[in-house]
Amino acid sequence: MSDLGRYRPLSYFQLMEVSLRELLVEKGVLSERQIDETVADMRARGPERGAKVVVRAWTDAGYKRRLLANGSAACEELGLDVPALRLVVVENTPEVHNVIVCTLCSCYPRTLLGLPPDWYKSRNYRSRVVREPRAVLAEFGTVLPAGVTIRVHDSTADMRYMVLPMRPAGTEGWDEERLAALVTRDSMIGVALPTAP
Amino acid sequence: MAAAEALFRPGERVRVMKAYPLGHVRTPYYIRGARGVIERLCGAFPNPEELAQMRDGLPARPLYRVRFLQREVWPDYRGGRDDAIEVEIFQHWLERA
Amino acid sequence: MGGLPGGPVERTEHDYADWERRVDALMALLSGVFGGERLMTVDELRKNIEALGPEAYDAMSYYERWVAAITQTMLQRGVITTEELARKMIEVEGRGGG
Repeated sequence: MSDLGRYRPLSYFQLMEVSLRELLVEKGVLSERQIDETVADMRARGPERGAKVVVRAWTDAGYKRRLLANGSAACEELGLDVPALRLVVVENTPEVHNVIVCTLCSCYPRTLLGLPPDWYKSRNYRSRVVREPRAVLAEFGTVLPAGVTIRVHDSTADMRYMVLPMRPAGTEGWDEERLAALVTRDSMIGVALPTAP
Repeated sequence: MAAAEALFRPGERVRVMKAYPLGHVRTPYYIRGARGVIERLCGAFPNPEELAQMRDGLPARPLYRVRFLQREVWPDYRGGRDDAIEVEIFQHWLERA
Repeated sequence: MGGLPGGPVERTEHDYADWERRVDALMALLSGVFGGERLMTVDELRKNIEALGPEAYDAMSYYERWVAAITQTMLQRGVITTEELARKMIEVEGRGGG
């Protein structure tokens, strides 16, 4: 708990967080240590984990098939634990570009990619990307060719989604580490393309 | 857990019920009444409407990914003809179309 | 919320504060994400966020909505009582914070 010991007045909701937590600990529902460990665990999860999955799919056709069939099992195959995650990976092709949203709240494959960015949870993203995906992508600097079909995935229930972006041209023979540097979080949400080499 | 039998198969045309009940619902407003196609059966899951009310949501209900054409969902949609939106919808919100 | 009018997507991102990460962790623990007994569901979290009303979106931040909804759920489930919460909040405030 790194902000303990520094005096600052708490906001009402910060006061509630401290109070709720202390009550639950006093009642033996959970321990401070569990909370600390969980915070640390989530801190260690980030987009680089998704990048590993993407580049393996780019370089191994069998893995890609397994990934598209069962996203969570394929993550675990690479040693990436993804508790409580039912992952569906959707593949970008020259004909189809995928983008992910949760209009109802902010569902995101957190145990793979970590916490989502603020904009993903924002009212503007959630209301507009389902209705005018090209306009929203353009705000991210992403312009798709006119003939490409856009498919928006709204994670309304138990599945969580990740985009498998297309491997950029000009990366033949690159090793996984070099490829992984091109795979951005935004390309796995679908609002951007991977970095060009 | 016993699951209700899956009524729909991939490729079948379905319509989302056009109802606005109270309670916690995971079928977005924008898709109610829309017609689409079953993309896949995701599996059977406890009913979130019941879980939200502190009940167990059992028996598990079939959950589908349903694909809708954007131009059929939004009257003013200006994008590709094949642009689609895919939404997960529980069986009890779907009817054969 | 899908399809309602909206403005440009603000792409600013903030690094999560420690208290926000603790709220996130609390939710993961209480809903059994990392194993352990499940004391609430994400569905109850969502229902209680919805119950905050539409003004909550503007008046409260994301994790403020979460901490309010988790607390409501714990009250509804009888894990804590309103009186216990009130007394604890007075005690914590009296200490001058966390």
